[in-house]
Amino acid sequence: MAPPAEVLAVRGLSKSFPGVRALDDVDLTLHPGEVHALIGENGAGKSTLIKLLTGVYRPDAGDIVFQGDKVSFATPLEAQKAGISTIYQEVNLIPLLSVARNLFLGREPRNRFGLLDSARMNREAEQALGAYGVRVDVRRPLRALGVGAQQMVALARAVASEARIVIMDEPTSSLEPREVETLFSVIRRLRDEGIAVVYVSHRLDELYAVCDTVTVLRDGRRVHHGRLADLDRLSLVSTMLGRELGEVRREGLTKFTGGHHATDSRPVLEARGLTVPHTLHEVSVSIRPGEVVGLGGLLGSGRTETAKAVSGALPTSSGSITVAGIPLRGGSTPAAIRAGISLLPEDRKSEGIVPGLSVRENISLAVLPRLSRFGLVSEARVDSIVDTFVERLRIKASSPRQKVGELSGGNQQKVLLARWLAMNPKVLLLDEPTRGIDVGAKAEVQKLVDELAADGLGVLLISSDLEELIEGSDRVVVLKDGAVVGELTGDEVTEDKLMRTIAGHSPDGDAVEEAATDG
Amino acid sequence: MAEAALRTAPLDKARALQWLQKYGVYAGVALLLVVNIAITPHFLSAENFRTQAVQVAPVIIVALGMALVIGTEGVDLSVGAVMALAASVTALYLGYGLVPALLVVAVFAAAVGLANGALVALVGVQPIVATLALMVGGRGVALVLLPQLQDLRNPQLASLGSGDVLGIPYLILIAAGLALLVAFVVRRTTFGRQLLAIGDSRPAAQLAGLPVRRVLILVYVICALLAAVAGVLATARLQASDPTSLGNLMELSAITAVVVGGTPLTGGRVNIAGTVAGAVLIQLLTATLIKHDLPPSWTQIAQAVVIVAAVYAARGRGKR
Repeated sequence: MAPPAEVLAVRGLSKSFPGVRALDDVDLTLHPGEVHALIGENGAGKSTLIKLLTGVYRPDAGDIVFQGDKVSFATPLEAQKAGISTIYQEVNLIPLLSVARNLFLGREPRNRFGLLDSARMNREAEQALGAYGVRVDVRRPLRALGVGAQQMVALARAVASEARIVIMDEPTSSLEPREVETLFSVIRRLRDEGIAVVYVSHRLDELYAVCDTVTVLRDGRRVHHGRLADLDRLSLVSTMLGRELGEVRREGLTKFTGGHHATDSRPVLEARGLTVPHTLHEVSVSIRPGEVVGLGGLLGSGRTETAKAVSGALPTSSGSITVAGIPLRGGSTPAAIRAGISLLPEDRKSEGIVPGLSVRENISLAVLPRLSRFGLVSEARVDSIVDTFVERLRIKASSPRQKVGELSGGNQQKVLLARWLAMNPKVLLLDEPTRGIDVGAKAEVQKLVDELAADGLGVLLISSDLEELIEGSDRVVVLKDGAVVGELTGDEVTEDKLMRTIAGHSPDGDAVEEAATDG
Repeated sequence: MAEAALRTAPLDKARALQWLQKYGVYAGVALLLVVNIAITPHFLSAENFRTQAVQVAPVIIVALGMALVIGTEGVDLSVGAVMALAASVTALYLGYGLVPALLVVAVFAAAVGLANGALVALVGVQPIVATLALMVGGRGVALVLLPQLQDLRNPQLASLGSGDVLGIPYLILIAAGLALLVAFVVRRTTFGRQLLAIGDSRPAAQLAGLPVRRVLILVYVICALLAAVAGVLATARLQASDPTSLGNLMELSAITAVVVGGTPLTGGRVNIAGTVAGAVLIQLLTATLIKHDLPPSWTQIAQAVVIVAAVYAARGRGKR
């Protein structure tokens, strides 16, 4: 049987920006019903390729042949109308419009007077979303939905517009495991309907779960393509990184050494009975110097809120926090920072970096008062701190004066780490430190966490990446619905035990009665 | 990195816009100078330049404070009212001598700034609403203190308004000195960096432990103090206190100067040199039209065109 005609054939695509060759002679072929993994480190050219396919950029050289015709889209809208839909990492819908309006934006059903047919629109929206396992009141504003549900609306919208190709750029970065499953079933349905899917993700599990074929980009070039099943995980990682297989194998998939760092001494951080109305209930966590304590639990279990409460960013109604034996008063961020608590927030883009300021100003932001005398900044001292951390954390920027908003996610994260390390903290709260950053930077961040713990810092690690949480933590405190439901220590720190605890079973297998009764 | 390099296509247009945003205001000033030298009689004279500079000095001083406020993603509509307040208070306390009068002016101005800052930073009122209240209320207080125009006969005040050093009027020296000072504060002080960070991303600044409230309050206090300086200087030049009309529409002139000078309304960036040039540009534009006997309404239309051009050039950077 002859293979079905290709829906997309890209030949020799190249694109340069001042000083950088972002994409160099790249080919890509997609057949109907093919789920194609597009992978590479940040800066490898994935985004550039996607933007060329969807009309955001125009190529310098090369052809894009879509359904047999050579195309040149002037705008993303043109590409979308032709049948190439894109779902971005961040939901790009309109928060204040209703769910149904968002779903039908630009192609609203009209009644015979040419007016909006709301009844029909709401009815069809409910049906469409139901197919994705999303059951919500479609008349409510989109922002009332969780991020995962919003992502599903974006997906439903992309697919409903009769796409031939759906490009998904890290669609799962804000989804819960259950929602990821729904997404996968949708992808499989798209495949059965003969729609080609380009799937971009840093999560290897996901790639192997849904993708048939793979293209690996590195430094703007295609370094591998073929069936995904023919490439095992380690080979995939080594191809992406351009490192020897043996090297990757020796070092494992995460960079954590997994050793127990904690020195037997009094806790550097002791949070007791933290309560935030409707959010946290009597949460207690203690961290010893040199220890990495993981916070386990599902999305919405109170992990982020615990970190924020400890760092003073979320006011608590009761509870106490001591740092190295000294009670923390005030409950404000500046007070917590003075006491030595640093928080790397989950939402790097909106709560972490100051995008319009330079690398230099971002790194020195928190420590600035210490580098100043009478409010005057000592530029020399700033330079020396910035240089130190740019080198130590291997931050890749064209210069310290480059805007942080222009850096890759991994480098932005390193800049934030540098901002806190410059403060000489005692406790580091890391909320999803490796989310959405490329494999190389991820490994570096993980290695760094290990080093910092070895230096005697207390680290609180929050991660949706189970592998990372398990391998990185000495101990895991498990949260559910804003309360601590268990703690895993020593040999108990395994994925299996963690899942059972999250699911409502105590580590030794007995059902926790509370969880059973309030479910 | 490459992906983020440029968002707009085609490249040439993006570059042109970027150039326009960066240097457009200076090019505009240069163009107006050249045109006026060519077509306006008696333009190229020391006397004319002095007149223009003296007229623009108060606008520059107000615009400096406005630039700081806009850098925090705020706006201060009360600057004109503060000028009027400064005029009234000067008139009332001039009997005790110039310096005591100026101190009382400073207290009043700081109070307005504190009120603005507290409303914005502590209560969480939007800047445009908070300062609108002070804009209306401030002028009201000024008129209660001094209901009508009053001539001021004080030699010290008169010399402040019309004296000079080596032919350069005090007004110009003070405006230039303050511009340098504010530029230094923005570039080289902790406060300046924190101000920009807060303007660019308030949540990030908060989580980084910056004293967000203190910085915001201080910004509004500085803005009010600068407006008061402008008010005193304008009063000194007039040798009369005129709380009814002094500073009317000054908030709009100042915002125009700031925006035309390349400081985005979205905060996170402050361009002091551009702000000064922006004020000069508007001044020259007005002078040009007046000297060629065009009605004042034309000036407003011309200003509108300049504002639209500035906003158009800033378009690419403003949105995030």
